[in-house]
Amino acid sequence: MSKTIKFIQGNEVCVEAALYAGLNFFAGYPITPSTEIAELLSFRLPQIGGRFIQMEDEIASMCAIIGASLTGSKVMTATSGPGFSLMQEALGYAVMAEIPSVIVNVQRGGPSTGLPTHVSQGDVNQARWGTHGDHAIITLTASNHQDVFAMTVEAFNLAETYRTPVILLFDEVVGHMRERVVIPDKGEQPLVDRLRTAVKSGVDYHPYLPREDGRLPMSDFGGVHRYNVTGLAHDMWGFPSGNPQVVHGLMRHLIDKIQSNAAEIARIREFFLEDADCILISYGSSARSSLHVVQNRRKRGERIGLLELQSLWPFPARIVREKCRHAQTIVVVEMNMGQVLEQVKLAVEQPERVFLANRMDGVFINPTDIRNILRLIQGRGI
Amino acid sequence: MAIKDYIRERFFPHMWCPGCGHGVVLNAMLRAIENLGLNKNDIVMVSGIGCSSRISGYVDFHTLHTVHGRALAFATGVKMSRPELHLIVPMGDGDALAIGGNHFIHAARRNIDMTAVVMNNRIYGMTGGQYSPLSGYGISATTAPYGNIDQGFDIVELAKAAGATFVARTTTYHVQQAAELLQEAILHKGFSVVEIMSQCPTYFGRKNKEGGAVEMMKRMKDITTPIGSKAKEAQPELIERGIFVRKDLPEYCSEYNKIIERAQKQGRR
Repeated sequence: MSKTIKFIQGNEVCVEAALYAGLNFFAGYPITPSTEIAELLSFRLPQIGGRFIQMEDEIASMCAIIGASLTGSKVMTATSGPGFSLMQEALGYAVMAEIPSVIVNVQRGGPSTGLPTHVSQGDVNQARWGTHGDHAIITLTASNHQDVFAMTVEAFNLAETYRTPVILLFDEVVGHMRERVVIPDKGEQPLVDRLRTAVKSGVDYHPYLPREDGRLPMSDFGGVHRYNVTGLAHDMWGFPSGNPQVVHGLMRHLIDKIQSNAAEIARIREFFLEDADCILISYGSSARSSLHVVQNRRKRGERIGLLELQSLWPFPARIVREKCRHAQTIVVVEMNMGQVLEQVKLAVEQPERVFLANRMDGVFINPTDIRNILRLIQGRGI
Repeated sequence: MAIKDYIRERFFPHMWCPGCGHGVVLNAMLRAIENLGLNKNDIVMVSGIGCSSRISGYVDFHTLHTVHGRALAFATGVKMSRPELHLIVPMGDGDALAIGGNHFIHAARRNIDMTAVVMNNRIYGMTGGQYSPLSGYGISATTAPYGNIDQGFDIVELAKAAGATFVARTTTYHVQQAAELLQEAILHKGFSVVEIMSQCPTYFGRKNKEGGAVEMMKRMKDITTPIGSKAKEAQPELIERGIFVRKDLPEYCSEYNKIIERAQKQGRR
């Protein structure tokens, strides 16, 4: 069978993948460098009977996708740093009310308006703790277009599996770069459909009573079960409750459903790790430069490898610890001041062996940058 | 169907103060829905945060109690996905027009088919009596101890200017009219706004020496008059009640259906 092969931007790949995953509602607001996602979906969604709306701001966009998700739609919004900041309150609502949704953040330089057209990976911690209150969150990322496709589909699948918002943390380079991508045939990458309740009309349905496996079957707004959804702490009916036992149970459920499944959610790629003395850890577009360095140095016989993270939250700490157990030097390559570095230091047995190779000036970190820092770390001068 | 069949008795008693006007709005709303004979499964009530927004918890529809000020944005997502559902969006004055002002004008501009009900008691009740954008100049509030210097919005004028295709106003004293206006608003195809002036004896009344609920309701009777009445000519400061705007303009979801048709036709070509 002939494959569908395209040569397109990462943002366009994200759209192809979202539609493959069953997206039928998108709300968004223009912002560089994510705008192509909204533009393309305004064209593509109505063709399949789906719906696109450009809202008055990013706050409204996040709110609108939550509303749409409750009617049974698969939903997404896309933005960049400033818009992502505006979405945080409603993102927390989606955590609390357990609304499947996908939020794409194509990262640019910050803080504030920062560098709208330049690359950054500065929102790693915002993805984790941007919204207020204790919570768990899932965040995926990708360094190349084939993975942008795979991770976008995964994001929709995880959102449905765990009834949660999932953040896709791309960056400007991946979003705007053009590269070959093979669109999988229908059925090639598995899809997770919404889990709907089997409770019949007229029988009490408890929207917030988890099954034994922790999952909560949903009922679409407009269907036969009428229930309350709130951002307040709530009981199994979805009705506000301040009862400490109820609140404790809710908080444990919200956090455990993700943290206890951290191993299932974790996604990585590894290159030459078996015998590596020196391990680079990277993600997103900076992993491309890292891989280039690793491949070049392998040719010269150096025992160097790359651990590429495709899931950032929950942080795959156990994998990082195991993979790095025998490494003498661990270098985290990222375009911020060390947001993943801190996580790696917490994860490994010998944090003093962990170094940072970074740029945070809006310029893409290239193999020469990494090589120079490696030489310094290895005491070889520049 | 009896009124009782529209409420969730399990969640009563409600949390509103004695004398609060919001219960009257709930009553009027349910009577309107009963008169229209709507199926409960076809109604989605979306609310924000505040005393007024708790109304959604008490009614037996699909109910979405959201974040402060954003009810209309959530409702837009629901309506776009399921245009056949009736969307009713009760909000407080601060909820709808301070933090939610942007969503209010844009929902009106789009003319998306939903009914925004602004329960206007001119104060933030849940947080204990701070001034709102509807309090008006000279009012006392816990954050205006020397008197409020903010001018107030006129909800009707604002909704008109923003493009709402149905705009009405009444008070909790005029409970029959409230039910009638809500009925008309729900029937209207497009964005409808119903302002219901309501009393908060606990905070607004106490802070501004307007007395208890009875005095405050009597005052609403005295300071309002039907649209175009003779009384208005004699006393121009009277606030008018009734339907200010009712016009037909393309409704957003119907227009989007045309977009889908257009997109699919182009795709086939």
